[in-house]
Amino acid sequence: MQTKKNKLNNFSLKFPSLGRNEGFARGIVSAFVLPLDPTVEELNDLKAAVSEAVTNAIVHAYPNEAGTIEMSGSATDSDAGYIIEIRVKDKGVGIADISQAMSPLYTSGGEDRAGLGFTVMESFTDKLRVRSVVGKGTVVTMTKTISGKQ
Amino acid sequence: MPVNIVSKGDYVAAALTGELDHHNLIPIRQEIDTAVSIALPKVLLLDFGDVTFMDSSGVGLILGRMKLLKSIGGTVALSGAEGYAGKVIRLAGLAGLILKEENENANEEKQA
Repeated sequence: MQTKKNKLNNFSLKFPSLGRNEGFARGIVSAFVLPLDPTVEELNDLKAAVSEAVTNAIVHAYPNEAGTIEMSGSATDSDAGYIIEIRVKDKGVGIADISQAMSPLYTSGGEDRAGLGFTVMESFTDKLRVRSVVGKGTVVTMTKTISGKQ
Repeated sequence: MPVNIVSKGDYVAAALTGELDHHNLIPIRQEIDTAVSIALPKVLLLDFGDVTFMDSSGVGLILGRMKLLKSIGGTVALSGAEGYAGKVIRLAGLAGLILKEENENANEEKQA
């Protein structure tokens, strides 16, 4: 069988790092993925992963004043299903020690933060990539293949 | 109303509804903590039956309430975690807090 890879669709948008935009970002991802007919679980996994990435940007990247969050996504057709890639980018404080930030239960967010944001992103997607420069910002890229109707 | 709280005797039951994220949980947490500080219950029951979405912020809510209840000699129990909230709760290693058999969930399969 020949390997086919067709880019089906993509989006890019910017919004301020306000708490209410956690739900907005999930809504965007839902609207983007729903036409590809994901399972309920695939959709919820993507929504949760995006929710974590955007919440991190709101809570950690811009702790004092609101900044801009850039979110982009693409859908690619492949033999295995639809490959969904979502990228969440901020120009905030950055992460000094990425492996520490990604280790389960670690949090710098004070009380009532579970320290599981990256764990959820890692568990609920197929691939997670984090690039960060202190003082410059952070880019989180998540990839998940969904079965969809073939 | 994102949370419905009932205080009765030794317990406080909080039925959570809708999408539980960091933003939506801020007023919910406040309402629960107020109810707990008034009732000083032995058990705080958090019900996720009407939760349509939850990320790790919901786990943060549970961990924070466990700490609060411990400080007044109480415990936290979870119910209604059959849906997506349960997946996040299990990922966090908190499945042990889920009530196994509930009167409200007569249909739930009994674990041998």
